Amino acid sequence: MPLLVGVGPFGVIYGVVALQSGIPPLAAMAMSSIVFAGSAQFLLAQLVGAGAPLLLTAGAVGLVNLRHALYSASVAPMLARLPRRWKVLLAYLLTDEAYAAAIPHLLRRTDARSPDAHWILFGSGFGLWAGWQVSTLVGVLIGTQLPSNLGLDFALPLTFIAIVVPMIDSRALLAAALAAGAVAVALAAMPYKVGLFIAALAGLVVGAALTRKAK
Amino acid sequence: MNLWWLMLACGAITFGIRYSFIAAEGHYQPPSWFRRLLPFVPIAALTAIVVPELLLVQGEVILGGGNHRLWAGLIAILVASVWRNTLLTIGSGFVALFVLQRI
Repeated sequence: MPLLVGVGPFGVIYGVVALQSGIPPLAAMAMSSIVFAGSAQFLLAQLVGAGAPLLLTAGAVGLVNLRHALYSASVAPMLARLPRRWKVLLAYLLTDEAYAAAIPHLLRRTDARSPDAHWILFGSGFGLWAGWQVSTLVGVLIGTQLPSNLGLDFALPLTFIAIVVPMIDSRALLAAALAAGAVAVALAAMPYKVGLFIAALAGLVVGAALTRKAK
Repeated sequence: MNLWWLMLACGAITFGIRYSFIAAEGHYQPPSWFRRLLPFVPIAALTAIVVPELLLVQGEVILGGGNHRLWAGLIAILVASVWRNTLLTIGSGFVALFVLQRI
């Protein structure tokens, strides 16, 4: 739920940015259903507005969403026994926020293969999907009247803090967090959020290396 | 018309990335080092998103008192590590940001 507070303003601003980039309202709305990826949609709108080549734009969107492959790998073992239609649906809904909201619940369950893993992911994914569609609609409707910044977007980092910090219960996990954070800041200037992906990889490698030593 | 094709392509790319490992599960035997990386995914990926949000102000690292989000974030981290409560953490971060912006 708190994530919806953070996602709402993003969706509204996306709607406004898309219109300003010359994207028709219907296409701006459709993009939220077809692509369904916050930061990638911002980039897409900007590149379309700037008249960037189509291949470059599609490539950039792929790079921005590369980190979602990590979420896919992370939840894949829990979804192994589901029918394909469930896998397709959950993959479509697998955003940063949906993964963040679901993962503490997924990890807390004693048996990782118990049958309700998909309902947890579906609940968080669908809730965020609905919120994203509604907020995009609001952004498209209010058009250029930009809402005053209430700092509500701060809900996103705060919610991620609330999710991540209690999960850190070993030195390896702490080291993974520190490494990922440091690399993310160092590489923040890299285009298309590639730095985020590299930073996450750095965190994985540091964490895994430390667990190995401890054994 | 081009715009719609572009959106469909971007949607397909995004879905393909998210579906990749979910679809491949059971059809391949991942090496053991790969399995060892997975427990670190939530923490590494989400921390990589959070830390630049706190430290960077318009692309520059700002550590001083002027960076309200950094200090509000640190308070939230402290609250999260002591009480481990989601709503308390988010609430404390917002209150801290609100207060800092008004001193």
